[in-house]
Amino acid sequence: MRQAMTGNEAVAYAMKQINPEVVAAYPITPQTGIMQKFADYVANGQVDTEFLTMDSEHSAMSATIGASAAGVRAMTATSSNGLAYMWEIVYIAASYRLPIVMPVVNRALSGPINIHCDHSDTMGCRDSGWIQIFSENSQEAYDNAVQALRIAEHPDVMLPVMITLDGFIISHALETLSTYEDDKVKKFIGNYIPKHPLINPSQPVTYGPLDFFDYYFEHKRQQAEGMVNAKKVIQEVGRAFEKEFNRSYGLFEEYRMADAELALIVLGSTAGTAKAVVDMVREKGYKIGLIKIRCFRPFPEEELAEALKRIKVLAVMDRSLGFNGVGGPLFNDVRAALFGRNAEIKVVNYVYGLGGREITPNDIWNICNNIRDINLTGKVQSSVNYVGVRE
Amino acid sequence: MASLKELSAREEIVAPGHRLCPGCGAAIVSRMVTKAAKNPLVVACATGCLEVSTTIYPYTSWKSSFLHVAFENSAASLSGTEAAYRALKKKGKIKEDIRFISFGGDGGTYDIGFQSLSGALERGHRMLVICYDNGAYMNTGIQRSSATPRGADTTTSPAGKEAYGKKEYPKDLTACVVAHDIPYAAQASPSHWNDLMKKVEKALEVDGPSFINVLSPCPLGWRYPGEESIELARLAVETGFWQLYEVENGVYKMNYNPKERKPIREWLEKQGRFRHLFTPANEHILQELQEYVDKKWDRLLKLCSITEEANKTK
Ligand SMILES: Cc1ncc(C[n+]2csc(CCOP(=O)(O)OP(=O)(O)O)c2C)c(N)n1
Ligand code: SF4
Repeated sequence: MRQAMTGNEAVAYAMKQINPEVVAAYPITPQTGIMQKFADYVANGQVDTEFLTMDSEHSAMSATIGASAAGVRAMTATSSNGLAYMWEIVYIAASYRLPIVMPVVNRALSGPINIHCDHSDTMGCRDSGWIQIFSENSQEAYDNAVQALRIAEHPDVMLPVMITLDGFIISHALETLSTYEDDKVKKFIGNYIPKHPLINPSQPVTYGPLDFFDYYFEHKRQQAEGMVNAKKVIQEVGRAFEKEFNRSYGLFEEYRMADAELALIVLGSTAGTAKAVVDMVREKGYKIGLIKIRCFRPFPEEELAEALKRIKVLAVMDRSLGFNGVGGPLFNDVRAALFGRNAEIKVVNYVYGLGGREITPNDIWNICNNIRDINLTGKVQSSVNYVGVRE
Repeated sequence: MASLKELSAREEIVAPGHRLCPGCGAAIVSRMVTKAAKNPLVVACATGCLEVSTTIYPYTSWKSSFLHVAFENSAASLSGTEAAYRALKKKGKIKEDIRFISFGGDGGTYDIGFQSLSGALERGHRMLVICYDNGAYMNTGIQRSSATPRGADTTTSPAGKEAYGKKEYPKDLTACVVAHDIPYAAQASPSHWNDLMKKVEKALEVDGPSFINVLSPCPLGWRYPGEESIELARLAVETGFWQLYEVENGVYKMNYNPKERKPIREWLEKQGRFRHLFTPANEHILQELQEYVDKKWDRLLKLCSITEEANKTK
């Protein structure tokens, strides 16, 4: 069915179809729309979820853990400071191997306080043990929400999943998207049979014991394995999704990469604009392509290096800063992926769009020109560049 | 209430072999509380002595299901579990009647966990929250908490040349909880086991949130020999430092009113953490503490009669 919805509504719609047993909510802009919409579904009896209006994000994540450990499907959603406030508990969710799904509407982290989009919030917990899947638009946010449960609950994975959508740009923009019938979505998701539920009097279990140096390491090692396995599972679920709903999803999307010598790498909504710019620049005769990372955690290192094999200059676009003194987080991951695999490639970082600063087609055009010049001259002036900022 | 015979026939939920100190109040309290429960339990616990000493992987002392998430969120975490249970019940996926109990020390309940406790009470989850109040952050090495009595020597409120230990009086958490208008709240002590277990039974029967603040002597933090725990708990009650009362639907009831309250000194002098108060320079603190206890006691008696009266005229 074609429906006009905002990104938040699209995610809430997926949640309605998922009909989780427990949803814990706490408001924060720009996520609030998801939970308000979901509260309507609850109020109108369209879901039979236990809807918990919490006292904070910290408690929301805690309750989601309590419910998931109990043996049911449990969800929450957040943004920015809300995610930061959850941080301690976010790590615990992953280490208990709980298949929680959480939409995160990306918003800049304080301070200074800012309600608009960048990726600093989710980047702050990129190594928390959660799978992170980025969306380009409402359609993808919806599709990712539908796929997330199957990934999280896969026995080889058993890890929580964040699906992200860019604050305001996706969350508040009205778009027409294809939604699928309830029973088809339900069938795709399947039933959840928890392995070690807390609520099972005949077989009591302990979650969260004290784990000393004699076992902690082994448990963390197993958790890391779940993340490695997730790569395969994300692709499998993507293929199953394509079969069912005719939209294809993998670890990342390659756009006009077949013969490209130059490439852009982006995350999230910027991919849409960047594809249009790539088309225009192609007309000028540049051999340029684009990679949109969908699955940011686990990071598709090998596959990415393979896809970039023929690339001479690569622009990595980061919508967040890393304060390690050497550029943004995506830039660092991409460089690490190429290290030892492709020594020839020049990788340049373009940090843009912090705190909702607009990124225009012209900005991206300039980045394309820039990497073409680097290709021609062989010289990188500066490996970290700030786009659209007053210096 | 169940007879002693019945109680002794019930399975122990907290198995022996845990690593709590000999004489630890929290050990006694958690055994009594879980023994008073007739239904299968899901127990949540905040980080602290009770949690770290009973669940050292790959062992666990808990024969019920057990959930520990973090220090400040046992009530919030158990909220989710209780909601999941309601969802499963609604769908007919679970038949048994399960009860939910959250344990936390005073640090995890009076201080860092206060918000999550308040939220859980306000949302009305059917769960019993137990605070085992040993009056300090024992697990991290006896630091003062907002439950620590005035005058106590702790590692962050040490007595010294210029200081007599903790300056502030303890926060009245039970009063804060009562202000949430929940169906049942009480204070109890392991020295009065009958009273304590009766309260747990009552609390588990109410269809909503309930709370019991239980005094839990700590030989290490209070500095006394482990075999005196129950005696110290009893003295806290006999001196009026710890009052046994309950508040059912807003009506206060004193459960134990000794004919003659013992002077607070008798409780204080048995504990190393108050030793420095027994010097001429600190004599005034002892006096102030006695006045504080008296005032609290009078206030409580008044609350009992006022609320009982108000209830009658309803
Ligand atoms: C967020 C956080 N801050 C601090 C700690 C360290 N910590 C662990 S247990 C504890 C004290 C627990 O005290 P209390 O709740 O009174 O229980 P007790 O140890 O006395 O049983 C502290 C401070 C922690 N685990 N998490
Ligand atoms: S330090 Fe105190 S509370 Fe902790 S185990 Fe020992 S006696 Fe119990």
